[in-house]
Order: sequence, then C-alpha cells, then structure tokens
Amino acid sequence: MAKAKTNTEDYLRMYRQMVRIRTFEDNANQLYLSAKMPGLTHMYSGEEAVAVGICEALTDDDRITSTHRGHGHCVAKGAEFKEMFCELLGKAEGYCRGKGGSMHIADQSHGNLGANAIVGGSMGIATGSALRAKLQGSDDVTVCFFGDGATAQGLWYEVMNMAALWKLPVIYACENNGYSEYTKTEEIAAGSITARAEAFGIEAHQVDGQDVMAVNALAQKLVARARKGEGPFFIELMTYRYHGHHVGDINREYYRSKDEEKDWKDNRDPIIRFRAHLVSEGIASEDEIDAINAEIEKDAAEAVAYAEAAAYPDVSEVDMHVYAA
Amino acid sequence: MREITLSQAVNEAIAEEMRRDPTVFLMGEDVAEAGTPFKVLSGLVEEFGTERIIDTPISEPGFVGLAVGAAMTGARPIVDLMFGDFIYLVMDQLCNQAAKQHYMSGGKLTVPMVLRTNMGATRRSAAQHSQSLQALVAHIPGLKVAMPSSAYEAKGLMKTAIRDNNPVVIFEDKLMYQDKAPVPEEEYLIPFGEAFVKREGRDITLIATSSMVQVAEKAAMALAQEGIEAEVIDPRTIVPLDEATLIESVKKTSRAIVIDEGHQSYGVTSEIASRLNEKAFYHLDAPVMRMGAMDVPVPFSPALEDLTVPTPQAVVEAARKLCGGEMIHAA
Repeated sequence: MAKAKTNTEDYLRMYRQMVRIRTFEDNANQLYLSAKMPGLTHMYSGEEAVAVGICEALTDDDRITSTHRGHGHCVAKGAEFKEMFCELLGKAEGYCRGKGGSMHIADQSHGNLGANAIVGGSMGIATGSALRAKLQGSDDVTVCFFGDGATAQGLWYEVMNMAALWKLPVIYACENNGYSEYTKTEEIAAGSITARAEAFGIEAHQVDGQDVMAVNALAQKLVARARKGEGPFFIELMTYRYHGHHVGDINREYYRSKDEEKDWKDNRDPIIRFRAHLVSEGIASEDEIDAINAEIEKDAAEAVAYAEAAAYPDVSEVDMHVYAA
Repeated sequence: MREITLSQAVNEAIAEEMRRDPTVFLMGEDVAEAGTPFKVLSGLVEEFGTERIIDTPISEPGFVGLAVGAAMTGARPIVDLMFGDFIYLVMDQLCNQAAKQHYMSGGKLTVPMVLRTNMGATRRSAAQHSQSLQALVAHIPGLKVAMPSSAYEAKGLMKTAIRDNNPVVIFEDKLMYQDKAPVPEEEYLIPFGEAFVKREGRDITLIATSSMVQVAEKAAMALAQEGIEAEVIDPRTIVPLDEATLIESVKKTSRAIVIDEGHQSYGVTSEIASRLNEKAFYHLDAPVMRMGAMDVPVPFSPALEDLTVPTPQAVVEAARKLCGGEMIHAA
C-alpha cells in the first residue's frame, strides 16, 4: 500500500472515519429494513476509502459537493451521527431540520455544500464554489464527488471546460463503482473516462479506491497543487458498492452476480485491508482496533435511539425557509 | 428629471451595485467587450475588468450552475442569459438547484443570485428568440420574479434583486431597451411585492406586466375618450405578488383585465385572475378577463406575429364589453 501519512494519530483517525461510515450505513439499512425510516436511501458501504482518503486531505474551509450516495462524504467531512440520523428520520434536529432527508444533507460548518439527488447535479455548484475561491483570492479547494453514472451528464463537460479555461481550484472525484444505477458502467461509458478530462487539458489520475493510503497520498498532492493554482484535477477512483443502487434493490442478480460481490467484500474491503496494515505495522493492536469498533457501534446505537425519540418538526415549519430573509 | 433608456438604467444599476459590493460579479455569453448583443452592459468590463465581468462559453446550464455554487459560497453573481428562451436549457440549475437549496438545507444555505434575461415578441425573431416565459419560473417556489415596465423600474428592481438573498429572475422586454423614462440621479430601490398604480380610474382595473403596461396605458387613454376610466396597475414583481393592491383596486372598479405577454393558458394572467375571483368575487360585476399571448409558438412572419400579442385595441374592446355588461362566455 502507498505511504502517505506517517502519523499514528492520522492513521487511526482515517481508520475510525471509515468504520464510522460503515457503521452509520449498517444502522441506516436496519432503519430501512425495520420500516422506521421514511423513503429509501443509498448505501456508501464499500466505498469508504474514497471519501475518507480525500476528505482527510481537506480542511473545514475546503468544500465538497456530494451525491445521492452521500452519507460517506458527509461523515468524512466531519458530520455528527446524531444530526445525520435525525435527518434520515425527518426529525427537527436533523442537519436540514428534516426537510432534506438522506439525499440532501448539507453541513456548511464543515464545508459540505450538500448532497444532490440529481445525478451530476452538483457539478456546477462545486465549480462555482471554486470560482468563488479564485475571485476571493483564497486558497480553498472544492472537491466534487460524483459517480461513474454522472459522467454521462452534459453538465460535466460544460463545467470542466470552464474550470480548465480559468484554472479553478476544483478536483473532480469520480467514484467508479462499476454500476450506473442498475446498469454496468461498461454499457453506458464509451472509451476512457480519464481521457474525457484529459481532452480539456485537465490532469487525470486513476487510483485504487479501496486503498485509503493511496487515495490520501494522491489527494494530499493534488489539493496542495490546487491551492497553488495548478488545478483543476480529475481522479477516477475504482471502487465498489456493496449494496444495490438503494436499500430496496435487493434481488439484483439480473445485473450483478453474488460471486462478484463476495470477491470484492472478501478480498478488497478497504477497512479489512487498512486494519491489517495497522496491525502489521504495529500502529494498533487487534484489541485496540476492536475497542475502536465497539466505541463507534455504541455511538451509533445511541444516536439512532436519540433520533428515534426526537421530535418531528412543528407543522408551522412547512412553509418556512422557502425564501431567505 | 433626466431621462435615460431602459438599457442605461440596467447598466447603471449593475455598475452601482458592483462599486458598492465587491462580492457582486457578472457572467454570461458575450457580456464583456461585446456588452451583450443588445449592448446593455457596454462599458462595464472597462470599469470592473474581466475578473468581474466574465465572458463564458455557450454553456448555459454550466455557467448558471457556477453562479449557484458561487452564490452558495458568499458571492452575489448576476447571470446574463442572452435570451429568455434559453431558460429551458437551465431549468435544472435554476429550479432544482438554486430554488431549493435554502429549503432543502433547512435554511442553512442561501443562493443570492440574479438571473437577468429578456422576453417579448414582435421583434421578428421567430419561435426560439421571442418567448415570454415568466410563468414557468414564477411557478417554482424559491424563485422571485421581477418584470420592469420602464427604465425607472428596471433600475430600482435590479438593485433590489442584487441585494436580495434569494435567486431572482428579472425579465426585461427586449423591445424596450431604447425606451426612455425619467430616472433620478440619486440612488433609489424599488421593494419587491409593491405594485404601482400607474393611472387611477373607477370603472375597470387593467393589471399589466412589463411591456403590457404600455399597452394598458394606451388602452386607458382611448377608453377615457369614451368615458370609461381605467385604473392601470403594474405589479412590478409577480413573485412576490402585491395581492392587496390588486384586490383593493378591483373592489373599487368591480371589473378587471389581466394582461401579460406570456402564453395565456396556465399563465400569469390565469393566476392573477384566479386570485381576484377567490378574494374579490362578491365585488365583481363581470368575469375577470385574461389577455395573454396566443397559445401558438411565435411565428416569424410579421403578418402572423402581430396577431399573437395583446394590443391596446384588443384591450379597449374587451374593456368596453366588460363595462357594457356583456358577459363573456368564450374567449
């Protein structure tokens, strides 16, 4: 695995953040299966190294835009379980007072400009955030997360063109999990995805999205260069989603085999791989790691219980926040 | 008072706000050295530079998307959409992104941006450069919609729009850019949601937007010759709408015609007429009448195009019928 962070504390934080994402998603899935959560949600499980590897290279002043599969980005950028679960359950203490739900969590205090339920819908917003940084003369960087499916949206090509023309500090992070909703990526994407960015003169990279240190090493370098005005950049992160398109997409053998899923989970899981590395390098013992996992499970259980008991927004809030004062 | 064109009024409003607030910038196609095809923005790039008057590629969804993101992160962008007809291209950015961020985030995010564009037929520009699409955006909660009817309104509403913390769409009538009106030298703003009574009258209320205010005023002058005193009201913004002033007028006159250059069906005229029916029904002596553009794509031939928009003559005839007690059962 690539060497990036050498600080024990940084390694353990990256590990903890990945486990927090997985644990959050396991609980969210249970809330769906037990019919406690309104609507559907899209699981990030399997892709943790992408969000954590990148967001660990960012500060709270740096911004991200996220997707319908956005819980991972949200946690990685610093969000709290309690407000996130409240939002998933439509409660008043949620990040968006229950008005956004799973697909629209925004956490401005940590630079998360929000998840977006239109595939590719935030590409303009992320690029505009980078334009703002440039006009303002700040060195803030914006990362635009999107999936392989979003590379089929025309908006991406429009904003990449402008980002390249104006050298904007934006990093386009394509999480290629192999599936565009219920269709294999190879059936929707002609040619090479990195070549599309390169056509605009944008430096493009492909990285193993299951290797958090490789992702973080690349992100650290590109973020630092973007701060100096060398952006924009493109990264294709090869990853895998363990669940279906959403939590209700359970019988999916018509587009994806169970053997394939098992192979990714058994042999390329980003958390198992990083845990093995931490132990083999003597950064943490198995017991210490088990203790971290247990602590996170307890946090999540408490946050879920809190959210379940929390109040719904008052009916008077329904027409509040349509317009800003 | 000095008189300036609507075009100069828009230019002055933007320049004043850009001097006042360094977070204001403008982007769009051919806005810098070209100053737009209508030359509305001429001179701005010389004063503010290409950092703040930004020429974009012909990528409407892209640059409107950039404006949304810049607005969410502390800037006050003005986006120039060369023709109102291009609104169809930017619907996702405007209606799914800009309009909903504040609500979806429970009030955390704001999108203080202005999308300035135009409307209006009879410029012989055919079906894709002549539409008046204000009803499309007025339908979307979260967007405000301003429709200046002269240079005076164009300046005051633009300045208010730039300072507003919400996405605002301003429709300028592209045939009125060279029309002059008295505009004070000193600064003024026109608040949103305040209709203006352009002419007082007791017999019928003519509620008209943008270019149709001139049509209504001409009709009112002709009607006065016949002894019919028409009140002309310009709502100035259709979102928010100053319902109270409209209702108050209709309670006085008992009759109303609503005139707007958008297509009549499911349009601005329908919405305002419905509100008057709901809220002033027992004060009415005649059905509230709608006069919008014909429900046809705008034709190129002048012989056909001129038939599609409301004219002073048509307003006069309709007003006569309403005031004469002739019930109108079919338009």
